[in-house]
Amino acid sequence: MIKAMRRTVAAFAALALLGLGGTAGAQQVVKIGAVYPLSGNSASTGNYAKMAFEMGADIINNGNAELAKVMPLAKGGGLPGLKGAKIQMVIADNQGTPAAGQNQTLRLITEEKVAAVICCYQSGITLTASAVAERYGIPFLNAESVAANLTERGFKWFFRTTPVAADFAKAYSTFLNEQKAAGRKVDSIAIVHENTEYGNSVSSVLADAFGKAGLPVTQKIAYSANSTDVQPQVLQLKEKNPDVVIFISYTSDAILYAKTMKELNWKPAILIADDGGFNDPAFVKAMGSVTEGLISRSVFAAGKPGSVAAILDELYKKKTGGDGLDDVSARVLQSFFVMAEAINNAGSADPAKIRDALRAVEMKPEQLVAGYDGVKFDDKGQNVQASTLITQMRNGNYVSVWPKSRATHELILPYKGW
Amino acid sequence: MSMTLVQVVVSGLLLGAVYALFSSGLTLIWGMMNVVNFAHGDFVMLGMYTAVMIWTALGGGPWASVPAAAMLIATLGIASYFLLVRHIMRGPMLAQILGTFGLALFLRYGALWTFGANFKTLPDDLVGHSFILAGIRFEGARVLAGVVGLVVTLLLHLLLTRTAIGSRMLAVSEDATAAQLMGIRPQRMQALAWGMAGAATGIAGALIATFFYTSPTVGETLAIVAFVTVSFGGFGSVLGALVAGLVIGVVESLSAYLIGPVYKDVIVYILFVLVLWFRPQGLMGKA
Repeated sequence: MIKAMRRTVAAFAALALLGLGGTAGAQQVVKIGAVYPLSGNSASTGNYAKMAFEMGADIINNGNAELAKVMPLAKGGGLPGLKGAKIQMVIADNQGTPAAGQNQTLRLITEEKVAAVICCYQSGITLTASAVAERYGIPFLNAESVAANLTERGFKWFFRTTPVAADFAKAYSTFLNEQKAAGRKVDSIAIVHENTEYGNSVSSVLADAFGKAGLPVTQKIAYSANSTDVQPQVLQLKEKNPDVVIFISYTSDAILYAKTMKELNWKPAILIADDGGFNDPAFVKAMGSVTEGLISRSVFAAGKPGSVAAILDELYKKKTGGDGLDDVSARVLQSFFVMAEAINNAGSADPAKIRDALRAVEMKPEQLVAGYDGVKFDDKGQNVQASTLITQMRNGNYVSVWPKSRATHELILPYKGW
Repeated sequence: MSMTLVQVVVSGLLLGAVYALFSSGLTLIWGMMNVVNFAHGDFVMLGMYTAVMIWTALGGGPWASVPAAAMLIATLGIASYFLLVRHIMRGPMLAQILGTFGLALFLRYGALWTFGANFKTLPDDLVGHSFILAGIRFEGARVLAGVVGLVVTLLLHLLLTRTAIGSRMLAVSEDATAAQLMGIRPQRMQALAWGMAGAATGIAGALIATFFYTSPTVGETLAIVAFVTVSFGGFGSVLGALVAGLVIGVVESLSAYLIGPVYKDVIVYILFVLVLWFRPQGLMGKA
């Protein structure tokens, strides 16, 4: 029923846009598809992503005076490269399953006739959905899936803006070796990961990188993110008592781990959460008070007032009713602006021209909302200038603590928890 | 046996008692009228939201939210019976399946609409702090949920087997026409079954919310456990659900701890298949 209602609303919105176009003359609409988890276990992340897309489209279509000073596309009135064409986001629900992600991508391409797709949050879904776009020759931009193999498939239409597992692994091993040099115990590391594409691939990349950096991984625990109970896993950790634990989890399981560790009263000296669910605003709000000192990674730090990131953070707070941009929503918003830039440069809604424009895209750090060193894709479609910060939970918020050059706060160890 | 292993078993038993409680409603409805309620997980979800709302709006703990959820979900159960189930009972089997499945989707997406997709949690000291007894760590919220789970499930079982009203309900489930000739009103008994199932499910939801996350789709995760528990224990048997819940809780915890969390479902389902192989009616179901 809701789908039917959504369709009706979408139809009315399209009619309204067409109506406006009629009065203004030669305006057209460029449709961009987005397939995100609006229901299922990652629904909260997906809905934050949806708000980021809506806000991005609103900025391009209707403009924002403050932002226009640093960002040419924010002047309003649509895409200048396409005679003021407006952007219309068509957002579909992947339900957190690869099959639904694939079907919805197919629907957006064949029925909605989108010019490009931004998708899908979960690596396992990106894997299947991108294959559909590849078959139909539609540019496919991924904002946040970090599984290494996604760019290793020889795809011609696949692009990815986010830093990947190898980048994080390098950041973590440098960080941990610095802690070791500073006299902390880093003699045993446990990796706890959910067992789909995301957790499996990130954990094996981490284990490899740690092995090369001389950091001993002593325990690996795989689990299903749909678990109703994680006590046995926490008891396994408690028994081995490693110095460092790294979690690779989605939101619901992240909440269960935080709760269960407090219940069973166990904490390691260094607790690292590899982003994912631990950066979900829902997690931060619910569990921030019992995870003081938790280390995570993020591409987002609001930075100085007047910067692109700071302005967009304020706008996003207005949109969500209080929640600022976080790691995932910042990456999503970034991917949207990259796509808008490419379509504008292409000067056309033709998929092949958009792909060529994506290949040629070059953006500088000061134009970005995410804390990358820039955006520039290599032959495989990977953004080679993607990078990450390491953050720490302080009084219910993440602040950046590493690398020193971009840190706003001093690192505090050991992990305090509750 | 090492202390950690004892802890694992105790955690498993407490978890199992909760499994039993939220499965008993499902098995009761099946036993009464051969209807599988696919909206069961979403009844649990609404019980959980009741607890969350009572905490956020009034600051009330489980002492307020358990009775409130019991009443609310019982009302929902009775309303579902009169507005939906009573009518689809006359239709083919497929209508029954799709009917309650539709109800499930309606409730799930209604919750998504009303509460948003965000995960909600209750403060973890709402039920009191954890304590250590004989070297084993007990969490207040889980102990409360486990004990209430055991008591309510046993009471439900006694009500069905030892009281006049239970006999009347049983009579309706065995032969509604004959029961009617004996002066029992089948519809009233069936509505009562939906109400009781709703109450048990509401209690389970309100208690689970004290140590679990609440989201509109949490019912999906929990419903799978409920269906396994019910078919394991025997469709229609409340006592069977209790035993099955405890067995599944302990087997899950032990296999996750000893073999690995990825394999716990494999072990549970192997056991499940074996039980169905030798006893297709489940542990305590009627053949």
